[in-house]
Amino acid sequence: MFDLEWILQNLPRLLEALLVNVQITVFGYLIALTLGLLIAIVRRVPYFGAVLHAAMEFIRTTPLVIQAVFVFLLTPAFISPLTVGIVVIGVHYAAYTAEVYRSGIEGVAKGQWEAARALSLPVSRTWGAVVLPQAIRKVIPALGNYLIATFKDTPLLIAISVAEVLTVARQIGSASFRIAEVYTIVGFLFLIVTIPSAILLRRLERRYAAV
Amino acid sequence: MPPSDTPEKAPSPGVEGQPLIVFDDVVKRFGKLTVLDHLNFSVAPGERVTLIGPSGSGKTTILRLLMTLEKVTEGVIWVADEPFSHMRRGQGLTPASESYLRARRKSIGMVFQQFNLFPNMSVRKNVIEAPVHVLGTPKDEANARAEELLELVGLGDKIDAHPTQLSGGQQQRVAIARALAMKPEILLLDEVTSALDPELVAGVLDVLREVAETTDITMLCVTHEMSFARDVSHRVLMFDQGQIAEEGEPEQIFGDPKEERTKSFLRSVLDNGF
Repeated sequence: MFDLEWILQNLPRLLEALLVNVQITVFGYLIALTLGLLIAIVRRVPYFGAVLHAAMEFIRTTPLVIQAVFVFLLTPAFISPLTVGIVVIGVHYAAYTAEVYRSGIEGVAKGQWEAARALSLPVSRTWGAVVLPQAIRKVIPALGNYLIATFKDTPLLIAISVAEVLTVARQIGSASFRIAEVYTIVGFLFLIVTIPSAILLRRLERRYAAV
Repeated sequence: MPPSDTPEKAPSPGVEGQPLIVFDDVVKRFGKLTVLDHLNFSVAPGERVTLIGPSGSGKTTILRLLMTLEKVTEGVIWVADEPFSHMRRGQGLTPASESYLRARRKSIGMVFQQFNLFPNMSVRKNVIEAPVHVLGTPKDEANARAEELLELVGLGDKIDAHPTQLSGGQQQRVAIARALAMKPEILLLDEVTSALDPELVAGVLDVLREVAETTDITMLCVTHEMSFARDVSHRVLMFDQGQIAEEGEPEQIFGDPKEERTKSFLRSVLDNGF
């Protein structure tokens, strides 16, 4: 029942749409990496940190799809679904990367903080030159896993009609009634991206675990 | 054992003038545990004082208070005639703010039992980090000074190594160079040889002897190395239960201790392979 010619005809459209998924992943992940780090640091501030922690806990315990729909409905119409999707995925995963960074920061020996203090290093150097380089190095593998997780979650943005691969697949499927085929192709397309990424990540992990 | 008699506040033998460090009725408690119990003592500029005593007697806490790693519970620490644990406000004193402490502690350096080198930086970076980013020393000047100091501690050839590539003794000598790079007036040595393999202890102590002989840095030293204490220090303070049980010149403390607690402590240290 697989019609190769039909597949080849529709592949360009799907590949084009897949690039949107990659785009969402890259920008969303960049938001997650920077915002997560910021949250992990600010979380150490008394009171405000606790509020922030509760907010992150809320984000982690509610579904991404619902967050996306909710935010989409609240944003003015001139903001594109793509932008909303990127921001929602970025913030959602920031809640996870913040925890990863936190564990890395807590893993830095107390003596490192004390040595920095004994040398009167300013706060910016203590974090920037001493604590974070050690903390981040340890959590690179864990952060890498969230890159793949982010990518795998991008089709959820079908809920707000972002022109990503699953949304396009649905359009093709409902126009041609070849539903099984089109979704199978999408599945393979995802594997083509995630398997090499996972292999790369394992290599990265070995490299940083060696120290 | 009878309760401790009041510690003397007499100036250190042979040293005159204004004290550099004064502990004025300092109390330090962790929860219900009293670690320092109304402690009074002073240290003169250039004086080298060794703190001995059983573990848990509060010696290390004194160094940590001076390095502002801990805060006093009661009492005031003075350094160079200015409040240190506190700052002046109007006529009185108020607990020191973080920015006040940052400014004041620049003149104090500390070497830790566990070295605490920054493993993500080369030996050179470890030594120049604080001079460049705290004192604003130009980079080439800081580098020249780092080379000089690493030469002094016998590690001139390791300047571009990473701490993980060094032995414990070498790491500790880098840590000494790192502390000296800040040109401290006061150097705090917290059991600097306790974490070292026995064969590496001598190298570190030799470096410290050299520092003691060639500089006038005021040194406070917590150690179990009694021969080092005897050679280097002007005065020995024997601590027990958060108070000074006995103090005196090293010859007297080690040769003719007056207090029973000092005697039994010294016996226990000597029995352990000294």
